[in-house]
Amino acid sequence: MNGRKPFVLYTAMAFGYAFLYLPIVAVIAYSFNKSRMVTVWGGFSLKWYGELAGNTQILDAAQRSLLIAALTATLAVCLGTLAGLALARFGRFSGRNLLSLLTSAPLVMPEVMLGLSALLLFVSLEQLVGWPERRGLTTITIAHVTFCICYVTVIVRSRLVQMDHSVEEAAMDLGARPWKVFFVITLPLIAPALLAGWLLAFTLSLDDLVVSSFTSGPGASTLPMVIYSKVKLGVTPEINALATLVILFVAAGVTIAGWMLHRQGKATG
Amino acid sequence: MARPASHSSLWQLWHQVFTDLFRWIGVLGRELSSSRGRWVVLALPMLWLVAFFLVPFLLVLKISFASAVSGAQPPYSDMIGTAEDGALTLRFAIAGYQLLLTDSLYVTAYVNSLVFATVSTLGCLVLGYPIAYGIARASPAARAVLLVLVILPFWTSSLLRAYALIGILRTNGLLNQLLMGLGITDAPLVILHTDLAVYIGITYNYLPFMIMPLTANLMRLDFTLLEAAADLGARPLTSFLRITLPLSVPGIVAGSLLVFIPAVGEFVIPDLLGGPDALTIGRAIWTEFFSNRDWPMASAVAIAMLALIVVPMLVFEYVQDKRLEGDRR
Repeated sequence: MNGRKPFVLYTAMAFGYAFLYLPIVAVIAYSFNKSRMVTVWGGFSLKWYGELAGNTQILDAAQRSLLIAALTATLAVCLGTLAGLALARFGRFSGRNLLSLLTSAPLVMPEVMLGLSALLLFVSLEQLVGWPERRGLTTITIAHVTFCICYVTVIVRSRLVQMDHSVEEAAMDLGARPWKVFFVITLPLIAPALLAGWLLAFTLSLDDLVVSSFTSGPGASTLPMVIYSKVKLGVTPEINALATLVILFVAAGVTIAGWMLHRQGKATG
Repeated sequence: MARPASHSSLWQLWHQVFTDLFRWIGVLGRELSSSRGRWVVLALPMLWLVAFFLVPFLLVLKISFASAVSGAQPPYSDMIGTAEDGALTLRFAIAGYQLLLTDSLYVTAYVNSLVFATVSTLGCLVLGYPIAYGIARASPAARAVLLVLVILPFWTSSLLRAYALIGILRTNGLLNQLLMGLGITDAPLVILHTDLAVYIGITYNYLPFMIMPLTANLMRLDFTLLEAAADLGARPLTSFLRITLPLSVPGIVAGSLLVFIPAVGEFVIPDLLGGPDALTIGRAIWTEFFSNRDWPMASAVAIAMLALIVVPMLVFEYVQDKRLEGDRR
């Protein structure tokens, strides 16, 4: 290897990383800008965070989004784990292809399609059985769980496939019942995958604009919906502050979880 | 007397309900611990996905053949009706699909979506390849840090990242201030609300999707091949073009698919960063649905998107997978 190529490589890498991080760093920097003008630096100030704290519309939406994300992640992890378990451990069974298709199709389905189809289901259900009367938290959560299941399934399934099956078989041979084997052996071993799946489902739900817009009803705007309508009107320092908080919150969560998983991985070898 | 009697019957009812409930929980428990329990494991996610993914999907297909009825709730026609003589009628409206082929608006939307997705996928490849290559060749410790730095943006909101780009690309944004400050341009460049902004936006958003599979692929590359080539006098460029690039084709294909498929249906980025004429399929469906309230048309556009783009890509991926499996054998 001669000396020129690493230089070209490092320049290209530096450019790529700068491209990934510069916009985010700029938003964070400008959230502390005193001036209302988004492009002029008017000195350090926390006043946009103060205004954010007084904006009930944003706080309401944030609360709703966090609740939806937590519910979605929990339900998606339960259902996705079952699906992953079936696909990785049950061998060949009738319906395997269908389950495999159903857990991978939403991954490649465009968001607009997921949102539109979920809404049409809720409207048809309302006509047929009178439920859901109002669209909002429940309908958004159901639609989010549906696509989040697939991400959890992928994670859990790949973890189970990598995992040594012999421990489970040994427990089974010693007379443990399948359900006990799952709770005592399989579950602790796939716990990192469950945590990763939960976090991924949580952030996907928290981030989603399109599916929520289709399945939401009046007075049930989620945080991305509020941000979207504000951004459509123009860049505001308040959104800079909000973006900073969301980005730091997610980055901190992912970093802590990653560090915990790393440590656990070291401890268990 | 009437009151205590109803009380006791109510109490009996509750007793019945509770004992039944516990009995059923017992049965369920036995069922779960037997090998038949696996059907419960299987049925729960299956039922959920059938009810909330498969059925809705078929509904979209059905409604794409209905015709729009403005003012009605919901705003589309019943396909199954009764004629005046009482006979059951089945009405298929293919007006939506006809319009799709004849109205230049929709044709433009499809072409735009394909162009945006293709150019952005290439952008991701050009930007992502050196990063993936660098990560693959880095020491394990540096590799972990570099990978985390790639994955972290993937976890942060894509809506907020699109918003962040607006601040950079605006006429008086950071990029223009930088360019003018360095004396590269005299007047600010108009980038925001052009097609270029959409390319940059999609590339920015999906770059991690390209880097991750490419890194995984390049990490498996046998670097002694490159050393051998260098020993035999090959220039770095030659050995890159003749060894590294051909061997990384599976990674390139996987990354490109991960970027291309979601990019085709993307709504947020073209909507926020593109101009009003940057009409994509995602925006077309959104407008038909929310502004025009033409649900059958929105459904027809969505079905056509799947049939024309997503399904061929999946078939391609399937064939590619089979071929790779064949190679391995």
